[in-house]
Amino acid sequence: MALIEITQLVDARGQSCPMPIVRTAQAMKTLPSGAVVEVVATDPGSVKDFAAWCRSTGHQLVESSSDTAVYRFVIRRK
Amino acid sequence: MTTELIDRPAVALPVDPLAHALADIDGWPEPVTNAPIEAEAKTKDLVIVNWSGELDRVWPTLILASTAAASGFRCRVFVTFWGLLPFVRDGVRITGENWMQRMLSFMQRPGIDHLRLSKMNFLGMGPWMIGRLRRQYGVASPRELLEACQALGVEFIPCQMSMDMFGIKRDDLIDGMAEPAGAATAIEIMTEANASLFI
Repeated sequence: MALIEITQLVDARGQSCPMPIVRTAQAMKTLPSGAVVEVVATDPGSVKDFAAWCRSTGHQLVESSSDTAVYRFVIRRK
Repeated sequence: MTTELIDRPAVALPVDPLAHALADIDGWPEPVTNAPIEAEAKTKDLVIVNWSGELDRVWPTLILASTAAASGFRCRVFVTFWGLLPFVRDGVRITGENWMQRMLSFMQRPGIDHLRLSKMNFLGMGPWMIGRLRRQYGVASPRELLEACQALGVEFIPCQMSMDMFGIKRDDLIDGMAEPAGAATAIEIMTEANASLFI
């Protein structure tokens, strides 16, 4: 897999629904199209929520992975 | 707000046997079996009527409103009756002009930090425990969610009639509220929205 340059990191660890989404959306608003945001979260619900949010907004969910209770999402801005 | 759309697959409408039978009659117009999907769909929108000033209702209102706005949808919240009280600005303790209005605001403290539970309030014990649990589990407070809503462009429309009846003036409400409006406005935006909720 080609390396992807992360434009911004959103640390949503310890935050519950809906703040990981809300903070990511706020970060996205400041970025240009094509920018890539990496989100780290601990809320297990965020796995389904980021997938749904990307379908709603049209942003591309490049990666969704988990590693010992930390969930990682890589999202490319529409 | 930008218009953000979801790709929807073209869905063929179910074939109506009666329409087909009628279509066989000479001169009857052909049934439209596959209506074209509008090329320029409007931004999806959510309308919530926030009627209650209670923690366990205002909270979901703010969670859904902030998430809708974060998902690129237009979100409007019609704020009515007890639902106005959380939107009274900080530092305003007593609202109203006559003794009854003032007494009501004394009995039900306004402001986003002073929400009661609809059940198990127990003179504030319930909300205090919910507050402890909220911090323990990293859940955003109503105040944080309200700030997020405003940053993301959620429109809060106060009900003019409720403002009059409670004696709440525009200056009593937080900054950034939309123009006060009435039931007809609420009905119009609710019926035109993709989804509307009465919480």
